[in-house]
Amino acid sequence: MNYLLAFVFGGFLCVIAQLLIDFTKLTPARILVSYVVAGVILTFLGLYQPLVDLFGAGATVPLTGFGNALAKGVMKGISEKGFLGVISGGMTACAAGISAAIFFGLIFSLIFSPKEK
Amino acid sequence: MTKRLGNNTLLFPSKPVITGFYSVVGKKEWEGPLRQWFDLTVGESHIGETSWEKAESKLMELSTNGALEMAGISKEEISVFFGGDLLNQCIATNYTLRTLATPFIGLYGACSTMAESLIAGAMCIDGGFAKNVLCATSSHFCSAERQFRFPLEYGGQRPQSSQWTVTGSGATILSENGTGVRITRAAIGKVIDAGIQDLNNMGAAMAPAACDTLCAFFEDTNTTPWNYDLIVTGDLGNIGKDLLRELLFQNGYAAQNLEDCGALIFSEDQDAHAGGSGCGCSASVLNSYLLKQLNQGKWHKILFMATGALMSPTSALQGESIPGIAHLVQLEKE
Amino acid sequence: MKKINQNEYQKMVSHLGKSPWITNVIWAFFVGGAICVIGQVIIDTAKNMGISQEDAGCIASISLIFLSGLFTGFGLFDKLAKRAGAGTLVPITGFANAVISPAMEFKTEGYVLGLGAKMFVIAGPVIVYGISSSILCGLIYFFMKGGM
Repeated sequence: MNYLLAFVFGGFLCVIAQLLIDFTKLTPARILVSYVVAGVILTFLGLYQPLVDLFGAGATVPLTGFGNALAKGVMKGISEKGFLGVISGGMTACAAGISAAIFFGLIFSLIFSPKEK
Repeated sequence: MTKRLGNNTLLFPSKPVITGFYSVVGKKEWEGPLRQWFDLTVGESHIGETSWEKAESKLMELSTNGALEMAGISKEEISVFFGGDLLNQCIATNYTLRTLATPFIGLYGACSTMAESLIAGAMCIDGGFAKNVLCATSSHFCSAERQFRFPLEYGGQRPQSSQWTVTGSGATILSENGTGVRITRAAIGKVIDAGIQDLNNMGAAMAPAACDTLCAFFEDTNTTPWNYDLIVTGDLGNIGKDLLRELLFQNGYAAQNLEDCGALIFSEDQDAHAGGSGCGCSASVLNSYLLKQLNQGKWHKILFMATGALMSPTSALQGESIPGIAHLVQLEKE
Repeated sequence: MKKINQNEYQKMVSHLGKSPWITNVIWAFFVGGAICVIGQVIIDTAKNMGISQEDAGCIASISLIFLSGLFTGFGLFDKLAKRAGAGTLVPITGFANAVISPAMEFKTEGYVLGLGAKMFVIAGPVIVYGISSSILCGLIYFFMKGGM
């Protein structure tokens, strides 16, 4: 059941973005930025965490989930470290994802080169 | 003797003649509908080079050598080379000239460069400044993508109005004496900006410029589209071609004999969306399909008009619209 | 030539080259959903091995980033993305592709100023605005909770 929930909600978030691409002048980069910022704001408003609890990876794997991780990290940082947590919490929470992207980015670009199209 | 007609049209009384031409294309173009007309394919589009820019330069080297061979002259007999490409500082052309080492005037007219170079070359010959000139341009899908759009492996969707930059190069040698197709008249285009901002719709950005040049030429020469066997534009693509036909109609010209190199070069199932684009598109089609069929006598008098979208990623990000330009040459088989 | 009215021309242009949005949406839904399911499978597997929920989420992200990188390296990601559109863009796979593809592309300009410097040329804004908005919201949250 939780696979179906993840599938439907993840797919739904992608459909919204696809409609924005096809029917507005928003470029993909702007849509991604809006998704992350939306994830942050919704989490602070307490609206996103219930979606994560219900849809699991369907809510965490899309980029709104990245915003959710940042926001949760900041909240956790504040409860543990007070004001310093405002600054340090976000990056701490998503350190794994960003570090992985950078490191794999380096490794894969050392191994592979772009192919002709 | 006057060499001008009306506001825009140039006359070449000495009728510079095309004595050599050659086209080189990549794999995708070779698999397209014009295969039988192209002279050479390079197959894999990196052509054994370490960068896409070097590969593009290699394309131009191949096309210029081919044209020299056909004209039966050595590079020392070339008085001037007129050429350019899409890359910053026209590096593909500059690097070709490192080995070719002819006197060189670099041109930038975006995808209109082929016609631009032919006009400059024809003026040079008609003015008596040169016996032979070489006109060449090139483009490469991979070098254009990374400069103007996204990395090759970036996963994006190309809109239906987008065009596919042709990997190819074409070179033409114009001479004072000889037999072949002649350049008799030309029109230098103006920059026209119809306010199009969509980077994925170059055809729409260029069609008004194409219409402007054509209308000015028809007025100056007192002709209509029916006086020519074919009017062929550079890389308007399917969308731009429809727009041009509509714009011409609004100006009182019905042009059924309109074709477009970008629409010709790929078939629908090749996933090129609105068609081919790039300097190499009009250059490779002119120097194969068009000139060969003129020589064979299929047509006697055609208008070749290369169109350029003068787009820069910088100004596009600053919210500027895309200006277009179109240069026209009249080609005649005697 | 008659002067072109920019608004009228814009209207003429907008009728042409419509995107096949229904096909796009279907592709986006199924591919995007499938990627999330892969994420869920990884999370559940990790949790079954006794890993905490939070760490399982991390492992899922890292795995998806790795897979996306592998697909990008083999030149398959853009082939899928061409059809899937937002389906591959919105999940973390799109973020990973946006980091890895420029790094690969600009390797020809050197390992430091090419690969290193251009790595975040596309994905950078996501981090800039993600982190900045989390700090701004965090500040508000901090003071609303009474601060200190």
